[in-house]
Amino acid sequence: MADNTVNLTIEGRAVSVPAGTSILEAAKTVGVLIPHYCYHSGLPVAGVCRMCLVEVEKSPKLAPACATTVGEGQVVHVYSAKALEARKGVLEFLLINHPLDCPICDQSGECELQDYTFQEGRADSRYREPKRFNPMEDFGGDVLYVQNRCILCTRCVRFMDDVHHAPVLNVTERGDRAFIGKAPDADLTQPWAANVVDLCPVGALVSKDFLNKARAWELDRTASVCTGCSQGCNITVEMRDNVVVRFKPRANEHVNHFYMCDEGRANYRWLNRPDRLEVPMADGRPVDWEVALAATAALLKGKKAHIVANASLSNEAMHLIKRIAGKTGGAVTYAVNTGIEAALPGATDLAVRADRAANATAAELFGFTRTSDVLSGLSAQHVLIIVDDALDGISADAVAKAGAVIVIATAMPTAVARANVVLPIANVVEEEGTLTNLRGRVQRFLQSKQAPGLARPSWFVLADLLQSLGEVAPHLTARAAFDALAKAEPAFAGMNYDTLALSGQTVPGALAGARA
Amino acid sequence: MGYPNKSHPRETAVLSKHFGDPEARTLDGWKKRGGYRALEQALAMTPTDIVNVVKDSGLRGRGGAGFPTGLKWSFMKQDDGKPHYLCCNADESEPGTFKDREIMRWTPHSLIEGCAIGAYAIGAETAYIYVRGEFTEPIRCLNEALKECYAANILGSNAMGTGKTINIYVHSGAGAYICGEETALMNSLEGRRGNPRIKPPFPAVSGLFGMPTTINNVETLAAVPHILINGAEWYKAMSLSSPKSMGTKLFSVCGNIARPGNYEVVMGFPFKDFLYDLCGGPLAGRKFKGVIPGGCSVPIQTMDEAEATMMDYEGFVAQGTMLGSGGVIIFDDAQSIPRMTARHARFFAHESCAQCTQCREGTAWSTKILDRIVAGQGTFEDLDTLLEMADNMTGKTICVLSDSCATVVVSALQKYRHEFEALITGKRSSTVAVSSGAAA
Repeated sequence: MADNTVNLTIEGRAVSVPAGTSILEAAKTVGVLIPHYCYHSGLPVAGVCRMCLVEVEKSPKLAPACATTVGEGQVVHVYSAKALEARKGVLEFLLINHPLDCPICDQSGECELQDYTFQEGRADSRYREPKRFNPMEDFGGDVLYVQNRCILCTRCVRFMDDVHHAPVLNVTERGDRAFIGKAPDADLTQPWAANVVDLCPVGALVSKDFLNKARAWELDRTASVCTGCSQGCNITVEMRDNVVVRFKPRANEHVNHFYMCDEGRANYRWLNRPDRLEVPMADGRPVDWEVALAATAALLKGKKAHIVANASLSNEAMHLIKRIAGKTGGAVTYAVNTGIEAALPGATDLAVRADRAANATAAELFGFTRTSDVLSGLSAQHVLIIVDDALDGISADAVAKAGAVIVIATAMPTAVARANVVLPIANVVEEEGTLTNLRGRVQRFLQSKQAPGLARPSWFVLADLLQSLGEVAPHLTARAAFDALAKAEPAFAGMNYDTLALSGQTVPGALAGARA
Repeated sequence: MGYPNKSHPRETAVLSKHFGDPEARTLDGWKKRGGYRALEQALAMTPTDIVNVVKDSGLRGRGGAGFPTGLKWSFMKQDDGKPHYLCCNADESEPGTFKDREIMRWTPHSLIEGCAIGAYAIGAETAYIYVRGEFTEPIRCLNEALKECYAANILGSNAMGTGKTINIYVHSGAGAYICGEETALMNSLEGRRGNPRIKPPFPAVSGLFGMPTTINNVETLAAVPHILINGAEWYKAMSLSSPKSMGTKLFSVCGNIARPGNYEVVMGFPFKDFLYDLCGGPLAGRKFKGVIPGGCSVPIQTMDEAEATMMDYEGFVAQGTMLGSGGVIIFDDAQSIPRMTARHARFFAHESCAQCTQCREGTAWSTKILDRIVAGQGTFEDLDTLLEMADNMTGKTICVLSDSCATVVVSALQKYRHEFEALITGKRSSTVAVSSGAAA
């Protein structure tokens, strides 16, 4: 492989990268971020913003780092006076017609135009002429185009053309009259179109849903995983004052590259729902956790459990459910909502999956029964345990067949008229844990917000319940819960929180079609 | 011939010999004038031999850059198993340039013959002539000539009965200046937006439709048949000065001059004689002030510089400008250099493809400042801003449109700064006709 390696020097650091790598990517490997706008590692190189100009020794002209491949023995200066001067010029040009409406711009605080201007730009402008003005345009879907802020980097155009294969955007007009145009009668309503908002380095393409909701610096951000389908796209949950305000994709080359679908993106509101279960209850009265757990154990004594599990529960919760089912000699059923599969054609193995649940893989792995009729076979001999399933399409009468009903949930299913015990749990952004996607990739999600009232993490409640049934399950942390799972389940053998890190690890050979 | 003027005895009419002669447009007429003998001769040679003859002749690209044509052709790897393409750049849109138009209007067959020889020499079976959209008459002439050629089996799958395939297509542009840039031309020809491409890869490696492509100017290709017929030595001998510039060159002359038109002279002809003798000097009672000798992308020359110039690639460079496309634009003392500069900048701002930041914003900003100066609202800081901006616009973009705009501004400011200053201080010189430019 040595033949294919190119050695060069970037900002005094020795770099060895495969031949054909761009200077910009090579610089990243040694921690040098060359400023850029039009370049994005998921898109074809355009080389138009000219922001990534760097000085290459023995080359008469400055080189665009994104479009210049590394050469043996090259000496690259990113911060030489000549390169800085050129980039300062680009920033000045980009800002002459920019409205500088940062105070009312959603991108403010996470804007690369701001960042690089603070880093390398001029303190003032020499522009004395009237600024160009263009009206905003609704691009359809969740996208609003604010032309005045646009720097014409064409990332959005290239995403729609080359990744989404839905060429509806273009550059219209020429010169400083140019703007991003939309094909007539087309809207950005394609399943993955809203990614253009994330790709836009400035505030030109903004989310209508997020419009004027929060300033970027007010947001608390946590790494998580989307539970909208079995793809398991890595996301960042962004909250303001303990309220989730948006999801953003988090790059993971093995799962979602840089993207997430519009459906997943919109799927955050339920996390803020106000009708949450907040206190443990027994026989309709609020009680202490100990009382509720003891009541549950008493109900289960000598009875068979019929457990209905939500197919988006964490691996840890699923594992504990399996143990509870084992202890009480019952069955576990789960239902999966399905929808139309919609691939992102230009990205490898990425789609909104038909299974609109995050962890059907684990449910299958643990031997739960997938059925549309989750209460099938339920009788008065059973204690029905509902673990966060909404019981969609199930009637109250069907639920009433059970001898007793225990609800372990974030919200009360409408089909449950009367529950003997209610144990409130945290939802996916209120606890941490792991999920297994359809390719068998085990990925961690972290806790973003506080659970309401006395609600506790699902694995904590289920472990406590298991303890009250006389089993040993002292899971005081998510890590302990995962370690116990990894020890008990052969498919997870050898995994631990640290090796999972934030990009996950694949269940070794446990699933047909698993990706290496 | 200085069409539409009478030919001047000091001209050397090779390409322009039949300008104004309608009979030369037809195949029969062209054959009577020696047409297609060169193609016949070429098809009997090996492509490498043709390339060598062109190399020996010293022919250089007439589109502006002056790259040696034979060398360019030799970059095309023979027998690489890929289709090769020849593109003829007939998108003559450089302001002040109208030589290719006359070649196509009067002697379309000379270009077709040149294209056929060029295509064969680089291993291409297909040549495209990309003609500026506004050139409706030249397009009609070319199409009629092509029709005759196909009917006479000069072109097609059995070109001149040799069994070789040469197809030539005329493609009409849509009027964008930038499509005269070779990679933008290819994008346009492919049906894409006419944006210049990043180089490398160069067209000889990956050009039209991703295949090896050579792109030549009309005048360059039209000269090739003459070189093959008369030999490299004959062509090489047509030079009065530099050993690096050979042959004849067509100059399109426009502006404040007695006899505007197309003139063909040998390389190295004295520019002073050209302007005062061939073109008849200034209009009555006027004086020349400056000249842009190579289309609006090259620096303006003062008359001192112009009168010391030998008209070839090196000669123009030695006098602070470039040969460019040979579009000579001359200004007399009734013209305002700041106004001219503002108009030039507005042209570039209008034609910028909008890809590169410096060009998109810089050309428009320069225009706005220049317009303001012309309107008497300028400041001295504006002049500094213009110069610094020009520096930011030079050598930093995908193509040279941005550089061209900066070139015009910088050269005007360097050589005629007093005119700008007069407008700023309010002491408008009598030779400066002031009117405010339309808002960009």
